Amino acid sequence: MATLDLVGVRKSFGATDVIHGIDLSVVHGEFCVFVGPSGCGKSTLLRMIAGLESVSAGELRIDGARVNELGASERGLAMVFQSYALYPHMSVRQNLSFGLENIRVAREEIDRRVAEAARMLRLEPYLDRRPGALSGGQRQRVAIGRAVVREPKIFLFDEPLSNLDAELRVRMRAELGALHDRLGNTMIYVTHDQVEAMTLADRIAVLRDGRCEQFDRPLELYNAPANMFVAGFIGSPRMNFMPAKVAARDGAAATLTLAAGGRVRVEAVTGSAAEGADVTFGVRPEHVKLVEAGAGDADMHVNLTEQLGGESYVYGTIGDGHEVTARLPGQTRVRGGETVGMALSKSTATYLFGKDGRALKRGAANA
Amino acid sequence: MAAVLRFLTRTREPGRLGWTDILAYSYLVLGVVLILAPVLWLFVSSFKSQRALIESDPRFLPYEQVMVTLPGSTRPVGLVEWKDKDGTTRILAQIRPSGTDVIVADPAKPGETFAVPRRETKPHERVHVRVENYTEPTLEGGRMGTFYFPRYFANSAVVTIVATLITLTISSMAAFALSKYRFRGRDTFMFLIVATLLMPATVILVPLFVVVKNFGMLDSLWGVIIPGAATPTGVFLLRQYMLTIPDELIEAARMDSASEWKIYYRIVLPLALPALAVLAILSIIWRWNDFLWPLVVLSHSENFTLQLGLSSFKGEMNDATHYLLAMTVLTLLPVSFVFAFLQKYITTGIANTGMK
Repeated sequence: MATLDLVGVRKSFGATDVIHGIDLSVVHGEFCVFVGPSGCGKSTLLRMIAGLESVSAGELRIDGARVNELGASERGLAMVFQSYALYPHMSVRQNLSFGLENIRVAREEIDRRVAEAARMLRLEPYLDRRPGALSGGQRQRVAIGRAVVREPKIFLFDEPLSNLDAELRVRMRAELGALHDRLGNTMIYVTHDQVEAMTLADRIAVLRDGRCEQFDRPLELYNAPANMFVAGFIGSPRMNFMPAKVAARDGAAATLTLAAGGRVRVEAVTGSAAEGADVTFGVRPEHVKLVEAGAGDADMHVNLTEQLGGESYVYGTIGDGHEVTARLPGQTRVRGGETVGMALSKSTATYLFGKDGRALKRGAANA
Repeated sequence: MAAVLRFLTRTREPGRLGWTDILAYSYLVLGVVLILAPVLWLFVSSFKSQRALIESDPRFLPYEQVMVTLPGSTRPVGLVEWKDKDGTTRILAQIRPSGTDVIVADPAKPGETFAVPRRETKPHERVHVRVENYTEPTLEGGRMGTFYFPRYFANSAVVTIVATLITLTISSMAAFALSKYRFRGRDTFMFLIVATLLMPATVILVPLFVVVKNFGMLDSLWGVIIPGAATPTGVFLLRQYMLTIPDELIEAARMDSASEWKIYYRIVLPLALPALAVLAILSIIWRWNDFLWPLVVLSHSENFTLQLGLSSFKGEMNDATHYLLAMTVLTLLPVSFVFAFLQKYITTGIANTGMK
């Protein structure tokens, strides 16, 4: 069993607050990803969990026991660093066994675990090499192996794939997923890459400026973002936002007038969206349908189209100068300079946000 | 050999000797001459006779007057060359001076003495490498019986090795703390340590002497070793190097449940090896060559280091420059070997950090 609870955890460096009170509960065996733009405090939060940074306020609990005062070496966690941080003067074997020697594991047990980890991570041919003689992917696997042999309560990963090239990253991502399935340990993984987050996570915590914006399953984040930040951060290309006004309420539905011109009907609106209120209408690029100019809910002036063969991106601006992106399946004949219409109401996957950025509509899944 | 030759004849553009090459090589040759000439002079002179050194004989090779012991005499006398009237050069034994003349005799017929003008004679010389300059002080305790080479050598070795070990230990620990821990006053400490570099050794000589005296370390090797064991240069040098060791390595070791001690000797020390080698070389050279402080602390000759022992060759009443030079050459050898052995650490240095 290994659960992790963060209760009102804060961190400040001198007068600057970096983490503003985060509450999270990670259950046993969960793969939890911290994601957010750079500088959001996700690495700091991970280092606090690891014990490499002190906790300024709040409580960190592992298996229900407070660990604020325990040093990194006593928490029984293992961490994979962004730079791998392999000991350059030790062989791979020594790198793997160093941690076990420190906690006085018997020699045979060390050899057994190292051999097992080496087999699992395909490191057997390299055990007597030094890290300097390994490729990036191999070093990455040694770094993971160093964590695996410890058989820790919780694995911590600090952007472990960011130094690999694109192809290797995809492969290692799959391996990490497989590793989690096999070991079943609790894992906490920090990344700024939403693809890694979406593919690996059981649950994702989206962080911004030291606050947790939403902590939920990946598809929940996509389907029902709690606010404009999460809506914009998850999904690529990012969600289109258009300023609008509530023209009429009709039960759970509302009719909006877009600032750029045009009317949109939105279902399943929650929260206070009284008539006349200023709101933001959001729709993902993949849910924008292009129609004849004037036939849709609003018109878009196309600036650029990108054809990828299997799908196409259309970039344009609407009446009030807001940029809009549409992602179309297959290939398109739309060219830059044209004006096309956008059908927005027909899509169930539309979003509505209040003036404070909070979601006023639960997304398609709940619609 | 071919590689050395190729190295020595490299030019800026292959196969073409430009004026920059000529300038560069002249400059380098000048440097080599300036640095090597005194060493070479020392080495060559260490094989000369005492007389040649007193006379400041400018010749490169060690010439000395040939001496013979004539039958019926116990005292060796020098041979001189003299041209007689018919222009042939005769080699004669110089028996004693007599006014402006010298009384000489043919070594074959020592009974027949005669006088020749002193200015017509010149010493009959041969090249003789005086190995005795080396063997007498080391093997026979010196002709004056005051120079105990093995003893001095042992003292110097103890001082150098022990002091260097202590210096490396203290400096590396201080540098580790000052480079890898965040604590209040860290920069102030660093500043204070570096600031002591501004203090000339001669200024603190007397206070240091008083301290050493009160600790009862006068006239003992510990009195030489301890006061200079913690060097600001060493702390500064190691700290600057340790700053380049990535913090993540130390954090990784912490995650690996290593104690701070273990981090120090399993992670930081091995990675700081190039800087430690530099400090070791510096410390060995300082300690081996140190003269002033041992002179102040040590008073009995059985405690003398080599450098102090060497000074005993040149006193008010005696002048044994030939021994002095020979023993200086011997004294230079260990540091030269140390440098030759450790200097590859300086150049190969710069540990590959294994990051990225």
